[in-house]
Amino acid sequence: MNNNPFSLQEKTILVTGASSGIGQATANACAAMGARVIITGRSQERLLVTRDLLGSQCEAMIPADLTLEEDVKNLVKALPALDGAVLCAGNSTTLPLQFGTREKFDEMFDINFFAPVELMRLMYKKKVLQKGASVVLIASIGGTHSFMPGNGVYGASKAALNSVMKYAAREYASRKVRVNSICPGMVDTPLIHRGTITEEQLAEDAKRYPLGRYGRPEDIANGAVYLLSDASSWLTGHDLVIDGGFSI
Amino acid sequence: MNIKEFIDNFADQFDDTDRAVFTSETKFKQLDEWSSLTALSIIAMVDDEYDVIIKGNDIINSETIQDLFEVVKNLSDNA
Repeated sequence: MNNNPFSLQEKTILVTGASSGIGQATANACAAMGARVIITGRSQERLLVTRDLLGSQCEAMIPADLTLEEDVKNLVKALPALDGAVLCAGNSTTLPLQFGTREKFDEMFDINFFAPVELMRLMYKKKVLQKGASVVLIASIGGTHSFMPGNGVYGASKAALNSVMKYAAREYASRKVRVNSICPGMVDTPLIHRGTITEEQLAEDAKRYPLGRYGRPEDIANGAVYLLSDASSWLTGHDLVIDGGFSI
Repeated sequence: MNIKEFIDNFADQFDDTDRAVFTSETKFKQLDEWSSLTALSIIAMVDDEYDVIIKGNDIINSETIQDLFEVVKNLSDNA
């Protein structure tokens, strides 16, 4: 018997966006804590890298583009009964609001809001999420705890996700399914190194974090492990801020 | 694309700087009103108007509006 409440042994966990950044670190952390991990992402080639990291703990690898209705349906059909899911797939943009056209909002909401919301809906409706399962949505401090210029389109999509998280926590409680989110500050992943913000600006920005640095993917992954584990059995509807103290 | 129109679009991203200040030789990062948000607006304007994605470094490395115009023109011509 395992008496460690933080252990994920005997649990089957789905991780989306598992081919890089927070998703890959989360898949890795879940495996390290003993879970059987199912990984999904758009690119089979990049998923293979994560699968190699996980070794025998990787239960399955199912490539899917979660913005496509068919892919989401097929993914849900292929899934075994789950004890947990961490929905990490997402994107970001830095854009002043006066350039935030409907098209730009749609792009952001498709991947950051509609994709995880639809996946969660189907997993619940089809009873893929077993009794007592835990869903973790990766949101952001942007849109709920922090409102930095240029982050409005992104932040709004994450704020909407946080809102649905709370409603789902209330409704899914009837099946003892818990739903929480993590609101990370800036985490050092490929997403933030696309050049709109220069490396010098990023380094300067990181100094504004009380703990002196941007987050590492592992910082968020460890929070997800807690929310998936039995250690958080009485926690639902919570947005866990992990941001090095930025939003204080 | 022509430089005059580019300068107009560039100047549009400012609120307090007189339009007459903007020429192809303007060293825009020295303007009082220049900020990181203006830089983001310039990047978004270029995407909007010229269908070209420039990076933060393109702005850092450009001294004058003409310099940035050349960057956008090159990217646009090679698109």
